[in-house]
Amino acid sequence: MAKVWVYAEMSGGKLQSTALELMAKARELGDVEAIALGTGAKAAAETLGKHGAKVVHVNEDKAFDDFIAEPAADALAALHEKEQPDLLMFAFMPDSRDVAGRVAARLHKGLISNASDVTAQDGGFVAKVPYFGGAKVASMRANSKPAIVLVRPKSFEVSEKGGSAEVKDLAVTIDEGSKRAKIVQRVTEASEKVKLEDAKVVISGGRGMGGPDNFPLLEALANALGGAVGASRAVVDAGWVPYSMQVGQTGKSVRPGVYIAVGISGAMQHTVGMKASKVIIAINKDAEAPIMKMADLGVVGDALKIVPALTAAVKAKKG
Amino acid sequence: MTLSRRSDNGCLVKIVVTVKQVPDPNSATILESDNSLARDREVVLDPGDECGIEEGLRLKEAHGGEVVLVSMGPERAKDAIRKGLSMGADRGVLISDDQLAGADVLLTARALAAAIKPEQPDLVICATESYDGSTGMVPPMLAEMLSLPQLTIAKQVEIDGSNVKVHRQTADGYQVVEASTPALITVTAGIAEPRYASLKGIMAARSKEIKQVGLGELGIERGEPGETIEGLTDAEARKAGAIIEDDDSAVDRIIQVLAQAKVV
Ligand SMILES: Cc1cc2nc3c(=O)[nH]c(=O)nc-3n(C[C@H](O)[C@H](O)[C@H](O)COP(=O)(O)OP(=O)(O)OC[C@H]3O[C@@H](n4cnc5c(N)ncnc54)[C@H](O)[C@@H]3O)c2cc1C
Ligand SMILES: Nc1ncnc2c1ncn2[C@@H]1O[C@H](COP(=O)(O)O)[C@@H](O)[C@H]1O
Repeated sequence: MAKVWVYAEMSGGKLQSTALELMAKARELGDVEAIALGTGAKAAAETLGKHGAKVVHVNEDKAFDDFIAEPAADALAALHEKEQPDLLMFAFMPDSRDVAGRVAARLHKGLISNASDVTAQDGGFVAKVPYFGGAKVASMRANSKPAIVLVRPKSFEVSEKGGSAEVKDLAVTIDEGSKRAKIVQRVTEASEKVKLEDAKVVISGGRGMGGPDNFPLLEALANALGGAVGASRAVVDAGWVPYSMQVGQTGKSVRPGVYIAVGISGAMQHTVGMKASKVIIAINKDAEAPIMKMADLGVVGDALKIVPALTAAVKAKKG
Repeated sequence: MTLSRRSDNGCLVKIVVTVKQVPDPNSATILESDNSLARDREVVLDPGDECGIEEGLRLKEAHGGEVVLVSMGPERAKDAIRKGLSMGADRGVLISDDQLAGADVLLTARALAAAIKPEQPDLVICATESYDGSTGMVPPMLAEMLSLPQLTIAKQVEIDGSNVKVHRQTADGYQVVEASTPALITVTAGIAEPRYASLKGIMAARSKEIKQVGLGELGIERGEPGETIEGLTDAEARKAGAIIEDDDSAVDRIIQVLAQAKVV
């Protein structure tokens, strides 16, 4: 069996859901060990066991919480030296990306970034990677051992399968010289009622909303449906809404039960972040917009008229 | 013109900005029907790197110093460097070598690191991810190879003596991250609106130096590629469903779909 490692990203003392997404895939590929670093790692080990980790290497040193990438790279490199895994999986998320790049460089290995799938083939690993803005998918074989692959969030569905993991203390001395890029303050700007990534319904607005003043129309619909509001990059770059709402290649990936794209043209960089949604509804005044070609239901019309009418109808229906 | 290295009071900063030439993100065809790269596709300076140059120039204007652009690519990548020089950067280095065709991330980072190291910059600025590759992996690999701390996804940068402080964008806000220079930072597109090159800038850029180096001069061998593309297929397309005009029944149709999906 291949030795598969999952870097289980921790943030604010909590295991990130992307770690469990990776577990769902990793356990198909070999014997899985997870590495959890920083505050909360021991508690996370239990969850990781339930999702198929046989062993979880933990270390709760606060340096992992407070310094970007370097302490974690130290720990992974030290453990790699001892255990020689075949595959190292990371989530394509900011903190994990920082660590993955440093680890690969430290080990002098190549890596495959931004993948949407990984399979075991002919004794090695092949990843699927969106290419040319998502128009094509490349099959990329990793030539190095370990293969290092970063996987986009929401690529795999989380499910429990497994028992309890053996928890091992990862003994590592973090070099003082690795405590350099220090997080001295954390500022929360957006307080979402429903988290975009976890919402069952996502209503996203694009340039077709006409301006920031019309976004409350989407919020009203989201409230009625118990969903969350997302956005295209065009309106984030224009400053209409914060980055935390951006869906797509350089924003969040979502796969809700229903995704409603309002005034969004459907550029590939946007759709790569939402096309795994179960049902897609598009509201756009242009019948030829690319989003219409992938929507289960496309409504050609003025968003500013349709959205309020829809909100009223949803409220009426829910009583 | 020679610019002095960082003085003892830490006022002057030497900044290296990595810049990449990429297919124009606004041009429609990048690929021919047989999956080969369109031959006559337009190439531009990566819009993300343009923001990196802008931030570098602002820091230079505030503290004094020098902005050096480093790029790896074919000869014509000089155009990307030249554009940055027109904006106001001081000089450029182009790593160009036939052996670099199709270079993977590891080789790219190794070549860039070898070219940047002798510059001994106080700050290396990269974009968080490129417009074409979007691996976002060159910067952290570079940071490791140059043994620099990495302050990533910065939407704001301040330098105070030998201290650098950034606002690092997060999903729900930002973090304040600090380190001592030398350091590597990656910047988001939102950090600064890139300036247009003035006519004077364009003229001045003509006489600015672009040093060209090959792998031999950098003391690097190509090595085995870390990954190989085995095939390229069309992305799985979702099938189009119904497209309806907005008339009196449109809202009812949406409600039906929502009901089937059990959200109303
Ligand atoms: C490297 C890279 C990364 C990127 N990452 C992302 C990303 O993560 N996420 C992302 O979204 N984009 C991303 N983009 C940008 C992407 O290519 C598009 O530019 C962007 O998604 C367009 O946003 P939009 O659909 O809101 O605007 P537009 O393309 O301008 O579309 C507006 C739409 O609104 C419709 N409309 C206008 N008025 C009305 C009305 N009254 N009622 C109904 N419809 C109306 C129009 O018909 C049109 O279809 C990226 C681009 C690059 C190059
Ligand atoms: N060939 C290159 N030449 C110069 N800089 C590069 C090159 N490749 C990547 N970079 C830098 O690294 C950033 C991120 O690129 P990537 O890791 O490919 O997403 C780019 O925006 C550049 O600043």
